[in-house]
This record gives sequence, structure tokens and C-alpha cells, in this order.
Amino acid sequence: MRNSALDPRWHGRLALGLLLAPALLWLGALIILPHVDLAVLSFRERIGPRQYTASLAQYKTFFAEPLYWHVFLRTAAMSVIATFLTLALAFPIAWIIAKLARGRAGSLLFIICLIPFWVSETVRTLGWMILLRESGVLPAMLVKLGLTAMPVELLYRDATILVGLVYTSLLFMVVPLVSSLESLDNSLIEAAYDLGAGGFAILRRIVIPHAAPGITAGCIVVFMLTLGNYLTPTLLGGKNSQWFTEQIYTQFITRFNWEQGAAFGFLLLGLSTALVMMGLRISGQRFGDVMRRT
Amino acid sequence: MSTPDLVADAVVKRFADHVAVDSLSFSVERGSFFSILGPSGCGKTTLLRMIAGFIAPDGGDIAIGGRSMRDVAPNRRPVNMVFQQLALFPMMSVGENVAFGLARRGVGRADRVKRSTAMLERVGLGNAADKRVDELSGGQRQRVAIARSLVLEPTLLLLDEPLGALDLKLREHMKIELKQLQASFGTTFVYITHDQSEALVLSDHVGVMSHGRFEQLGTPQDLYYRPQTPFVAGFVGANNRIVGRTTQADGEIAEIATADGWIVRALTTGAIAAGDAVEVFVRPEVAILARNASELPPQHPQHAGEVQSVLFDGANSAVLLQEARTRREFRIALPQTGQFSDLKPQEKVAFSFDPSRAVCFAARAGAAGQDA
Repeated sequence: MRNSALDPRWHGRLALGLLLAPALLWLGALIILPHVDLAVLSFRERIGPRQYTASLAQYKTFFAEPLYWHVFLRTAAMSVIATFLTLALAFPIAWIIAKLARGRAGSLLFIICLIPFWVSETVRTLGWMILLRESGVLPAMLVKLGLTAMPVELLYRDATILVGLVYTSLLFMVVPLVSSLESLDNSLIEAAYDLGAGGFAILRRIVIPHAAPGITAGCIVVFMLTLGNYLTPTLLGGKNSQWFTEQIYTQFITRFNWEQGAAFGFLLLGLSTALVMMGLRISGQRFGDVMRRT
Repeated sequence: MSTPDLVADAVVKRFADHVAVDSLSFSVERGSFFSILGPSGCGKTTLLRMIAGFIAPDGGDIAIGGRSMRDVAPNRRPVNMVFQQLALFPMMSVGENVAFGLARRGVGRADRVKRSTAMLERVGLGNAADKRVDELSGGQRQRVAIARSLVLEPTLLLLDEPLGALDLKLREHMKIELKQLQASFGTTFVYITHDQSEALVLSDHVGVMSHGRFEQLGTPQDLYYRPQTPFVAGFVGANNRIVGRTTQADGEIAEIATADGWIVRALTTGAIAAGDAVEVFVRPEVAILARNASELPPQHPQHAGEVQSVLFDGANSAVLLQEARTRREFRIALPQTGQFSDLKPQEKVAFSFDPSRAVCFAARAGAAGQDA
């Protein structure tokens, strides 16, 4: 019989286990454990003081109350729109950084994209409020230019929320796009051009297929961040924002209804997972490939 | 005579303070294989990219198939290019790669498949249409790159050192294959390379390029046997280079003495007077080697030397000598008779060469003092 402690394979496994320990601990203690607890919470109902019973009541409430699923769908739709707007805006920026700007100019552009993130999200969002509120900079300028008779309130509109969300997410789209566009060999573009392709055909047949994992990675990250964003919709959208994270916040903090909040949390998790999987299916990407680009 | 497929007329391209292509004019006959041969940085890639349309010339004009290409975008030119790294599209199958250009021209799907499959069959890859590009070997990719261009029936096929990335054995094989492909398609090929053997083997005509100009334009035989400039003599094929001054230059054969007193005779090219600084080139296979001076042809000047090393390379074997008095290196190709198979270093030998087969040029500015 061989002594298992001396088996080199066993040694390898031990080393791997030790290396992975911090990550596993982190995953277990901070992600899995709280989620298990939340899952348990979401499947129970309070029937008296300190008396609980297993039930689907929390989930039933969600479907019974139109406000909840209305906000839920609205959050999903707005997040999808914000993701596509971010992609549309980030793609040309990433193209310029990766392909057109040479050397220092490219790094400079990248830093310009990065610098706003040195400031906290709260401060950045408050900055938008200063610009957009009725007595703010932009409405005053519109009056001065004669475009509006009186200052207009630009806050608390859906468009404003979208602007804020796109602004917050831009960098997370630009980074994976730049890396996937940088790896595109310029001679492929030239070859396609040489074989008779115009700009649009090159984009559709060469650039986008090559950058697809980067595009998908960026979209997933931005979608998740947007869907789970609390600050931007709340500050820029005010009472009208109707963002699902606010509902969760209200249940936990205002209503002190943790069971309902936990159920909402799981619904949001399910929604984001379903939409991401759907996106992967539509774009024909594999999850593993995409995650390596993130 | 039909119109040449490619005419360059005083084409100029400058980059900042440096002239990459310097007022170049030439034409390429329909159906011929034309090579541009030159060291890296001589401007050949710039020239090729101007023909393809990726760079606009600063002056002059390029006409393809008799039509001026000024302001014609690369995707509208009757020219296709095989890129140095081939640039096959990894996101498409082999068949889709070949059909790509046809699709851009609006050829219908069924016709596209038919034509790309037929083209793949012609290059011997009939069953590879559904393969991924990375499943092919280097030589197969090469053929796909050529098929992808030729399926569009271009007036001109440009090839940018396409063999550079292959290993030696495959390169030799692909050389022959390229020549056969060109002959069977009859398309005009413009090929750029820094490898003189590729240019000599493949081409009908070669332009030897240096510093943005053609040093000489001619058949491979012209370049090899009748080089017009010292650059061509030094760049095309192996050559012994001897630098010196003419002591006597009446008639066709001049007598040249090196600074350290070795006297050789060679055929003059261009105007050379007595006392001029010159460069003499003697091909290794022109010189005759003998163990005894008496075995050499009596009509040619004889030289003595000492074997420095024997460079055995099968049919390309040579011996490296030192001229007896000046210790200058001189390379002689060994005959295939096996007569010198037992040659040893330090052995004393005699050699001679026919002065009418050695060439002598006025020395290039700045080149007079240095030895090759």
C-alpha cells in the first residue's frame, strides 16, 4: 500500500486547496451563507410575534401587487436600454483608444475615461444634480440661449436616470471593449477592405464577431451594475425613479419586512441571471469565453 | 502588345523627412510574375501598399489595367493582396473566407458556394471548405489566402512576402507551388520579397529596390549575370567583393589594385578611368580552384591562396580562402566532381577567374574604404 501523504498527486491537491482557501472562504462566508439565509427568510411568513411558518406568501405578494412587478419590469427594461446606450457610446470611444490613437494619446484618452472614477459615485451624481436641477447650470443656460422661457426641471425624468446610469457604467464597457479591439489584427481589417468590403461590412463581419466576447462581457457587467444600482436612480430620479432596488431597500429598512425584501432580492437575482443567459444565447457566446474577457 | 496591367509613373511617397519611394516608374506586362526585391526599409512595402490603395502617393500616378487609380479606394480596385501574415479571417470557415469577397460583390449564396468550392479545388483544398482556419497547416493557409484573392479574378495579385513566416522546407515547396499557380491562372503577380532566391526562382522580371529607387530592372538572368550597379551585384546571389583603385583602364578589362597590393582584372561597367576607386565583384562559381597553378587555364591571371575553411553544403559547397599575400577572404564554389573533397584548412592552393566574368563598378560614395 502506498502512503497517501507521500503521493505527489495528494500533495498537489493539498497545495491547490490551500491556495484556493481564501477565495473559498470569501465565497462561502460572504456570498453563499448570506444568500442561504436570505433564501430561508424569503420562504417564510410571520404569523404572530416570533412565530413563522414556511410559505410562498412573499412571492405571491409580488405577483398580486401590480406596483411591484411593474417596477420590476420597468427596472429591467431601463437597464437593458442603459446597457445598449452605453455600448453605443463606448464602442466608438474604445475604437479610438484601441485603433486610432497612437501610444501616449491612447493612454491619455484612457486616463480621461478613468479620472471621473477617482471621485465617489455619490459626489459624481450630486454633480449631475447641480447641473440639471431647476436652479442649476444647464436650465439657466437654456434660458440664456433663449431656448426655454423659464428654467426647466431636468431632474426626476427617465432620460436623466439613463444619462446618469450610462455615465456611471461607461468605463466598465470601455475596458473590455478596448482589450478585445486591441487584439484585433489590423491586417484583418485591411484584408477585408482589400477584398471589397466597405466600412459597415467590415464592422459587421470582422470587427463585431472578433469583439463579441468583449462586447458581451461589457454588457453583462454594465447590465448587472445598472440593475443593482441604487444611488443613481434614487438621486436623479427622485420619487419617480421606481427602481427595484429601492423597493428592496424600503422592505428591509422602512417597512422592516425582511421576508419580503429577501424575496425581492431573489427575484432580482433570478431576473438578472435569466436576462444574462438570454443575452448569451442570442449573441451565441459561451459564458466561459466571456468571463475570461471581463 | 496589350496594355500593361500595372504602370507606375513617377510615383513618390515621403514620410516626414525621408523619401520612401523616390519617383519610381515601371510597368508590368499582363500575365507576368514581377518581383520587387530589396532589403527591409527599401520602400518595397510602401510601394505595394500604394498599389493596393492603402497609402496615397504624394506624386505620380499608378494605373492598373490601363485605368488611373488616383482616388480609388482599396475596396474598389481590381487588385487583391496576399498579406504577409496572410490575414485569414479566424471568425469564418475556410469556405466563408474564400466567399467573403464574392459576398461583398453581391454574388448570390448558391453561386458563391459554387465558385469558392471550385477555387478551393483548384488549389487542392476541395474538402477543406468547412474547416476552421486554425485547423489548416501553414502551406494550406497560404493556398487559402491566394484562393481568397484569386476567386475575385483580380487584374493584379499583390503578394507581400507571403513565404516569410514558413519554415525553410515548406518555403522551398511553396515557391514551386506559387509559380505553378501563377502559370495556371495567368494572373499578373506582383511579389515583394527580401529573399533573392525567391525573386530569382519565381519571377519573369525583378526590380531590385534600394532607398526608394530601382537599382536595376530586368530578368533574373540579367540581374545575376549582368548586374548594372554594385548594389545589385552585392545583393543578388553570393559575390566576392574587392575594393581598390584602377591602375589601368583602357578597353573593357581594367586592372585593379587593392590598397594592400593585390592585383586583379575585371570587366568594367560604366565609365571608369585609371586611378578611380572601384568595387570588383567575382561570383564564387566563376573562380577556378587548383592544387597546382599549372592546372589552371593559362590565359587568366593566377592567384595564390590558403584554405581557411571548407563550407560543406551538398551541391552548394564552397571553400573560403585567404589570398596569400593580403589575407583577404575569397570564396570559391567547389565543383561537383569530388576532386576537392579532401581539402584541408591551411592547405596552399591556386585560383584564377576569367576577368570578363568579373565585374567592376565605380565605387559608391562612402563605400570605397570598407570591405564587404
